[in-house]
Amino acid sequence: MSQKTYRDALREALREEMIRDERVLILGEEVGVWGGTYAITRSMFTEFGSKRILDTPIAEAAIVGTAVGAAMGGLRPVAELMTINFSLVAMDQIVNNAAKIHYMFGGQIRVPLVIRTPAGWGQLAATHSQTFEAWFAHLPGLIVAMPGTPYDAKGMLKSAIRSDNPVMFIEHARLYGIKGEVPDGEYTLPLGVSDVKRPGRDITIVAYSRMLHVALGAAEALAKDGIECEVIDLRTLRPLDMAPVYASVKKTHRALVLEEDWTTCGMGAEIAARISHDRFDDLDGPVERMGQVEVPMPYARNLEALMFPDERQVTEKVREMLS
Amino acid sequence: MELPLRVVLREDGSADPELDPGLDDEALRILFRKMALLRALDEKGLNLQRAGRIGFYIGATGQEAAEIGSGFALEEGDWVFPSYRDQGVALLQGYPLSELIGQLFGNSSDVTKGRQMPNHWCDRAARVVSVSSPVATQLPQAVGTAYAAKLRGEKIAVIGYFGDGGSSTGEFHAAMNFAGVFRTPNVFFCSNNRYAISLPVARQTAAASIAAKAAAYGIPGVRVDGNDVLAVFRVTRDALERARAGEGPTLIEALTYRIGSHSTSDDATRYRPAEEVEAWRGKDPIKRFAAHLKQRGLLDDPEEKAVFEEAREEVRRTVAVCEAAPPVPPESLVEDVYAEMPWHLEEQREWTRMPEKR
Repeated sequence: MSQKTYRDALREALREEMIRDERVLILGEEVGVWGGTYAITRSMFTEFGSKRILDTPIAEAAIVGTAVGAAMGGLRPVAELMTINFSLVAMDQIVNNAAKIHYMFGGQIRVPLVIRTPAGWGQLAATHSQTFEAWFAHLPGLIVAMPGTPYDAKGMLKSAIRSDNPVMFIEHARLYGIKGEVPDGEYTLPLGVSDVKRPGRDITIVAYSRMLHVALGAAEALAKDGIECEVIDLRTLRPLDMAPVYASVKKTHRALVLEEDWTTCGMGAEIAARISHDRFDDLDGPVERMGQVEVPMPYARNLEALMFPDERQVTEKVREMLS
Repeated sequence: MELPLRVVLREDGSADPELDPGLDDEALRILFRKMALLRALDEKGLNLQRAGRIGFYIGATGQEAAEIGSGFALEEGDWVFPSYRDQGVALLQGYPLSELIGQLFGNSSDVTKGRQMPNHWCDRAARVVSVSSPVATQLPQAVGTAYAAKLRGEKIAVIGYFGDGGSSTGEFHAAMNFAGVFRTPNVFFCSNNRYAISLPVARQTAAASIAAKAAAYGIPGVRVDGNDVLAVFRVTRDALERARAGEGPTLIEALTYRIGSHSTSDDATRYRPAEEVEAWRGKDPIKRFAAHLKQRGLLDDPEEKAVFEEAREEVRRTVAVCEAAPPVPPESLVEDVYAEMPWHLEEQREWTRMPEKR
């Protein structure tokens, strides 16, 4: 084990899979010579060359469309969209094509495609700070992965590349620099398996991606007052593994869901509905959720800071739920 | 910029020797039979929809030369990314008539298991894939599949079909641009049938032609008489050969005319003058080719009639078999969403087995 950044963990996954399988190729804007806007593919161009790392013209619909075609033609493309905001330009290729081709054509053609793209924010304002995971998680046919740690990012990306399904692999710009334990050798992690990131007995906090770290920070603070939060990391949003959540609620009887997205029609709504329906008798109170203020993201730093629940607000919410 | 219009079949029925692709007699006969089969399939498809036996149909009547001429130029191993009017191309790529007709019924004779609306065909073995309803979305995919072939060193070509309406989309532009940049083995085949549902081509572009747009992507553009099956075959064969030889993509614009409505959900008499349609009926691509074959001594009137009767009979027979096939098994509803069956769909499959729950 050694400490690695989320960014380096992703790069290791890409490198290892490209060495392992010559069908894997990377395409996207700036991914080659420049090494990616967030430096995920840095130095890979030198190693793998211009045939397997394609700097494409700027056209997200064609990046995904070309990747879909390459997947149908027998390759295992990893398309990078510079940010998830730009996925909107490629929506038809993702929704009407990548997600449905295997079904529509009677299982004759598979689309083993990974679309890697970061959510995130940082004074980037309304059209450059979104996350949209609920949009993608809505779609049968897609797998939606949203890892929160370097360890999960590497293991899950390797599985995504090996999957015979189209995978929307949503990273987070503000996680690229975080460090965590990553084994030095080969490993993969299954998609569609949630993970208990911190055991506890008093309340269940369900989170994923960056909000996982807000949850863990809040849990740490609350532990000093003897409140033990169980933090569940969903890791994959479709298919959704609720088993660890249900096991946790059975123990804690209370659940709070954190998301960075707007809460209306979001993942929190889905989780709350499932817990309420499937584990109603285990609950001592309503499932609560916290997410983004329902306005487009502003640029001003002070306003942006008001947009998401932070550790302090989460700890207050937990105290309120336990009082 | 005016690109020359490529024509082989002259008004008097003779062929321009300079552009004549030099097909042998048997090949010419096959071309004619396939054009007749396509006409017969479309007649039947429209009638089946009118009679309420299928839900929808899109015919290619009047466009048989563009369909069959281009499709005949394909070789084994080439991929087809069609639009929804390219059943003729599918037939030539080894897509069985029984599968095309089965798809219209969406029952167990449909290899795509009743998943897609009519005219959205797919046969992996024939390398005919991915008919997409939002137009021209298949073109970037055609570039991707061509890139895959290039990367693997396969000497094949990938042809993408679309219409004049599709040429207005962002994905047309992006696909041409990608193909030009990556020099992929693609042929982009535009059947310019003058109307995108009700809108005339002047509402799609102010350019002199759709083929002229190729210049913007640094690739060759070719304009061909789309009602001239030999000219279409010739230019498509040349473009496919260029692609297979690693010389890059070509954009072909075939000028033709949609004799019928856009689909069975449309009534073209509401937006097209009858005289215009009649004038184009006079340019029927099948009659035009028949005149050439007669001049070459390869066809006479009774034979021509027999070819059409045979085609109609083949379609009739196939319809009878396909229509009689049992429905799609209900439990297949939840199959093929993923490469493997996830637990939550296994649960929903149980639901399809319990009619009392519905």
